[in-house]
Amino acid sequence: MVPPLRSSEDAPGTYGEGAPPTGADLLRLDDVNVRFGDRQVLRDVAFAIEPGQFVGLIGSNGAGKTTLLRVILGLQRPTSGAVHLAAGHELGGAGRPRRAPLVGYVPQKVMLDPDLPLRARDVVALGIDGRRPGIGLPSRSRLALVDRLLEQVSATRFADSRVGELSGGEQQRVLIAHALIGRPRLLLLDEPLANLDLNAGQDVVNLLARLAHEQQIAILLSAHEMNPLLPVMDRVVYLAGGRAVSGRTDEVIRTDVLSGLYGRPVEVLEVQGRVLVVAGLETPDLPVVSAGARATR
Amino acid sequence: MTAVWDAIFQAGFFSSDEVQVALVVGGVVAVVSGVVGVFAVLRGQSFAGHALADVGSTGGSGAFLVGAPPMWGFLVFSVAGAALMELIGIQRARGRDLATGIVLGGALGLSALFLYEDTTVHNTTGATMTVLFGSIFAISSSLTPWVVALSAISTAGVIVCYRPLLLASVHPDLAAAAGVPVRQIGAVFLGSLSVAVALSSITIGSILSTALLIGPAATAVRLARRPGLAMLWSALIAVVSVWLGVLLAYDSYTWPPKHQAWPASFFVVAVVFLFYLGADAGVSLRARLRRPAAGQVAGDGPAPAGVSG
Amino acid sequence: MFTGFMVNTWIVASIVALIAGVVGSFVVMRGTAFAAHAIPQGAFAGAALAGLIGVDTILGLGVFSVIAALGIGWLGRRGRHDVAVALSLVVLLALGSLFLSWNTDYEPEIFSLLFGEVLGISSDQVAPTVVLAVVTIALMVVLFRPLLFSSVLPEVAEATGLSTRAMDLIFLIVLALATSMTLPVVGALLIFSLMIGPPAAARSVTANPMTALGISVVLSLVTVWVSIALAYQWNLPVGFFVGTISALWYAVGRAWLAWTRRRRRVAGDDVAEVTVQAAPLGRCRR
Repeated sequence: MVPPLRSSEDAPGTYGEGAPPTGADLLRLDDVNVRFGDRQVLRDVAFAIEPGQFVGLIGSNGAGKTTLLRVILGLQRPTSGAVHLAAGHELGGAGRPRRAPLVGYVPQKVMLDPDLPLRARDVVALGIDGRRPGIGLPSRSRLALVDRLLEQVSATRFADSRVGELSGGEQQRVLIAHALIGRPRLLLLDEPLANLDLNAGQDVVNLLARLAHEQQIAILLSAHEMNPLLPVMDRVVYLAGGRAVSGRTDEVIRTDVLSGLYGRPVEVLEVQGRVLVVAGLETPDLPVVSAGARATR
Repeated sequence: MTAVWDAIFQAGFFSSDEVQVALVVGGVVAVVSGVVGVFAVLRGQSFAGHALADVGSTGGSGAFLVGAPPMWGFLVFSVAGAALMELIGIQRARGRDLATGIVLGGALGLSALFLYEDTTVHNTTGATMTVLFGSIFAISSSLTPWVVALSAISTAGVIVCYRPLLLASVHPDLAAAAGVPVRQIGAVFLGSLSVAVALSSITIGSILSTALLIGPAATAVRLARRPGLAMLWSALIAVVSVWLGVLLAYDSYTWPPKHQAWPASFFVVAVVFLFYLGADAGVSLRARLRRPAAGQVAGDGPAPAGVSG
Repeated sequence: MFTGFMVNTWIVASIVALIAGVVGSFVVMRGTAFAAHAIPQGAFAGAALAGLIGVDTILGLGVFSVIAALGIGWLGRRGRHDVAVALSLVVLLALGSLFLSWNTDYEPEIFSLLFGEVLGISSDQVAPTVVLAVVTIALMVVLFRPLLFSSVLPEVAEATGLSTRAMDLIFLIVLALATSMTLPVVGALLIFSLMIGPPAAARSVTANPMTALGISVVLSLVTVWVSIALAYQWNLPVGFFVGTISALWYAVGRAWLAWTRRRRRVAGDDVAEVTVQAAPLGRCRR
């Protein structure tokens, strides 16, 4: 029996970034709370991300992942707490900060209109200067930049295709190129794997891991499914019921830590190299919550 | 007391044939519009609802031209317009707007032709105004049984399909997974909508048709939490708006600037709009009052989530 | 057909087509056909009021179309956009019917306002139209990229500080400007037809946004020119031809798209992506 860890302070590794703000952090959240009416969506969420880290934001549907990403983007103001971005950008305070070049964003489940008169390369180009007024004159350096980004995400083959007619995985890659072209230091992706088949999902994960490694871009990727990320994740932020624990994978994905987070016993199982989080021993008649384990690939 | 009564219900209000027909037919049409309108709002098909009224009036002006009964012109065009929209692709949220617009544009083009012929060839002045704006006091009483019968058909279409229609409107994917024939249900609804709108368009004009279809339903959807209740509210608001509008229009005979009745459509729309604004203000006030009072909610963590391999 | 005051008509109509082609491309992309229909019809109430109190029709149209745009923006801040449009439309039309009821001998003018009028363009109408056109085109040039961005990827645009709501409102106002200018030629009921038919066809033909814009303008010009010529020839309302030809463009565009897509599917079978079936799901119980 694991004693439930009610308060976050005594959970080992819960707030991995207990240390005072160091210059190395790219992003740091301090006790962020978000409440919509009666509903507390995020509760004292705190963690930090360093440059080049691949961080998985793991949680079930409704755990608050999208809200957390929106807080980091400045689209949702926290009820209390603060978000610090490198170079002193403070997001939790007043006003909308200018963070365009620092943070790139790939939203959840974008399915573009199939009839949209827009090629993949046009979507990528919007990432350079989509906000700026004017039509934008064609320039060789711009074209070259777009081509380079398309190549980086292996999208050259469909660069001139109508973007709405591309498959989910292809659109995903175009959107990643769109986000990367602004040279962000942090890339946020909301459930990028949700609508992809296994292979496409793995391709996207590998692509992101390579980017994080080669270009020192920090990646915060939300998912309800952690296994595809396990090989590449540097850290994990695990969200449940609006609370979060963060740390290295082996510090967080543990029976005691997650039981504390959920406030009830859960068990972390390893089955054929896959990690499962299931309801704990105390409630034997609860079925295994999710056992969509793919035995082999 | 009687003085007040007489001031509100001026002499002849209850004995006038026009007023009686207006109250009865207007009331029936209001109920149908209110009921069907809730789904039009939930499904985001306000544009279709409005467009079909205009498409119907194209049929009306066409019927005028060839001397056919306008009733059938309205009905045939409205239903055919709905079928065409369905064919082009009103089911997809993305193409909906365009499919509706193209059908409406084509119909209005025809309308231009028909009305032009009406006014020049037949030299019937006033056709444009009557067909486009309608008049609730000019309903011929011979229409009443038809209106009632067709109203019943339209309402029945919605009521029979109520549950699958609701599911398909709120969550099409879920409905499809549950075995609801989403597209067919949508088509049945569009059919009911086109009949309801044709009726209201011929009796009270296309402005009022849209006003009664969307206004009360949008108000009711704001107020009620359950769709069944919303339909009840919506029908009620629609009927009250029509009757109040008719009353005010009747009273306005003595008003400035011309000592000639103001159009009933103006009053009905005004009442509908006031209902909407009132509900809007009420709902946001309630939300504002509740927010600061919101206390800490004990967060029972959700069941361990499906994190699987 | 090309003499006297018809020259004014040709000039104004060409400008109108240019504007409709450009603004319409965004109407189609943003899915605001209903607003494009409602704003001119609402503006019609302004024309009725202008006739009643004896001011210039263009002024009435301008003021009321902006009121319609602001009304849609304000009502749409909460709740559904299409409901906001419908409510704004009926309120303005109800006002229009009130103004008309105070103003009895007006029918021919109403008809031409609703359905367009070839001979209705006087030479003192040319200057205001040109001014409005220049303003509208300037706005569209300035707004081009942000509008495109927020139309295609609203969430991402919002994350970079581009407010979707602000873009919505600004676009509605551009639409209102375009409306008050185009209304006297094409008519209140058929402007939106011109705004959606040609752009919808254009985007079926090409995936390049600039090319689509160009094709849309060309188709729109052709529509207006042919409509005016035919209307002049047969003495019929312009709106009839505009509505019919626009719908025709749409049909042609759809057919073209369906045909190319099918051809590509047949030809592209060998390069189609192969989706690997996931291995059978393993069940795990303790």
